[in-house]
Amino acid sequence: MNDTIIGIHHLNVTHAGTPILKDVNLEIPRNRVTVILGPSGCGKTTLLKCLNRLIDIYNGLDVSGQIYLDGEEILNRRNDLTRIRQKMGLLSQRPYPLPMSIFDNVAYGLKIQGLRNRDELADRVEFYLRQVNLWEEVKDRLKSPATRLSIGQQQRLCLARGLAVEPEIILADEPTSALDPLSSTCIEEQFMKLKRDYTILIVTHIMRQARRLADHVIFIYLGEVIEQGTPTQIFDHPQHPTTKQYLRVGH
Amino acid sequence: MRRKNIEERIFKSLAAAATYLIIAVLLFLIVVILKNGLRALDWGMLTKVPQGGFYFGEEGGILNAIVGSFYLALGATFLAFIIGLPVALYMNIHLLRQRFWLNRIRFLLDVLWGVPSIVYGAFGFTLMLLLGLRASLLAGILTVTLLIVPIMIRSMDEVLQTIPRGLLESAYALGSTRSEVAIKVYIRQALPGVITALLLSFGRGIGDAAAVLFTAGYTDYIPTSLNQPTATLPLAIFFQLSSPIPAVRERAYASAVVLTVIILIVSLAARLLSAKYREHVIK
Repeated sequence: MNDTIIGIHHLNVTHAGTPILKDVNLEIPRNRVTVILGPSGCGKTTLLKCLNRLIDIYNGLDVSGQIYLDGEEILNRRNDLTRIRQKMGLLSQRPYPLPMSIFDNVAYGLKIQGLRNRDELADRVEFYLRQVNLWEEVKDRLKSPATRLSIGQQQRLCLARGLAVEPEIILADEPTSALDPLSSTCIEEQFMKLKRDYTILIVTHIMRQARRLADHVIFIYLGEVIEQGTPTQIFDHPQHPTTKQYLRVGH
Repeated sequence: MRRKNIEERIFKSLAAAATYLIIAVLLFLIVVILKNGLRALDWGMLTKVPQGGFYFGEEGGILNAIVGSFYLALGATFLAFIIGLPVALYMNIHLLRQRFWLNRIRFLLDVLWGVPSIVYGAFGFTLMLLLGLRASLLAGILTVTLLIVPIMIRSMDEVLQTIPRGLLESAYALGSTRSEVAIKVYIRQALPGVITALLLSFGRGIGDAAAVLFTAGYTDYIPTSLNQPTATLPLAIFFQLSSPIPAVRERAYASAVVLTVIILIVSLAARLLSAKYREHVIK
């Protein structure tokens, strides 16, 4: 495998004694699209939440193991959470715009970074809204609440908001599952465009989407990594019986 | 099949009867107060303080009580908000993972919410003596603050609890610290609920008689400092209604009309304001 950006070593997550992730060891390649497959409840989302330490806001989770991002230990409590989280943009299943205007949603992360200059803020907001093809649709109503946008537009807004903090990695947790086909295609196209500059990690249930996007595929079942490899390896020549079965049913 | 239909009808009629009965009682209450009070309610009632012989049915009004009640309720609501908002935020941001403590704090606040206001009145009275205060606007404000703080915290807490996890995750994922989440996301998201909490507490504060009975005193003048006693609308009703003179009793009802109208306006304002700030709220 080529250049690794995230290295996960012996990651275990348990909730009240029940294992959610079991001894996960993974290397995520830089500037590639990695797709995580697996049935619901197998721990895919938890894996993503370990990466940006969102698991911190949940109750009763025990986490052990190491996650290295560019050689830095993410799970180390002493590390600056803001800096770690801003290295990753999150796109969740359902878009959750912040309770403010369209403009402020994108400017939010920039302001956290300390950017105050109005002109520069406006430039950056426009840049990122253009990058997700939303600018033309919203340029006349930047001050109106983000809640007025359609759900597909909201998801693109959330992508722009995530990109604005200039992350290296995009974490996407079933980013198109709540969207109509057109908005889904739009988000997928963004990913194709973005993969030159970003490392993208996507959880999805849609096989065809996985096939279209993936450079690297990881199959997780009941908290364990069962199999991983290139799309051809996984989709056309799966080795493990569980993978074979999942792919057969999932198609 | 027939039996089910009959059951269905019986339950529907029972529920409908209970609903209309409640509405009827409310309307009846308003009619009684209006019928008894409207005759005595004139411009002078609202714009004058009691003159000589007021309590024998002569010249004057209840401006002292109206203004006093506003001073008291505004002061107490302000104090309760200053105390309550940080508590509600602390509970929902920093204690989010401490279920054990959260449940106990909520239980405690619910008990405090349920404590009868006369108990607060008695407690406020003790506190007043302890602090060396006289019955005054200040002592009244402090007592009513104690009374409405649990209401304030719990109503804000209820709203904050409904904030979707996904929104929190989004905000944290962007690198916000807890304080930034509190100020930029929580308060905005909870704003309609916070307004409701404010006005609910205000309504409770302005309408309570027992808490101010020993602590705020009563006077015919509008207080000009926190150390002076103050009249309040609930006590104005109480004192005038115990009079043997019919004209004075009528004024008690007029005061009740004033209090009811104030509560009505506050409730309406709560509705309108929270609807106005609802457009940003993420569901």
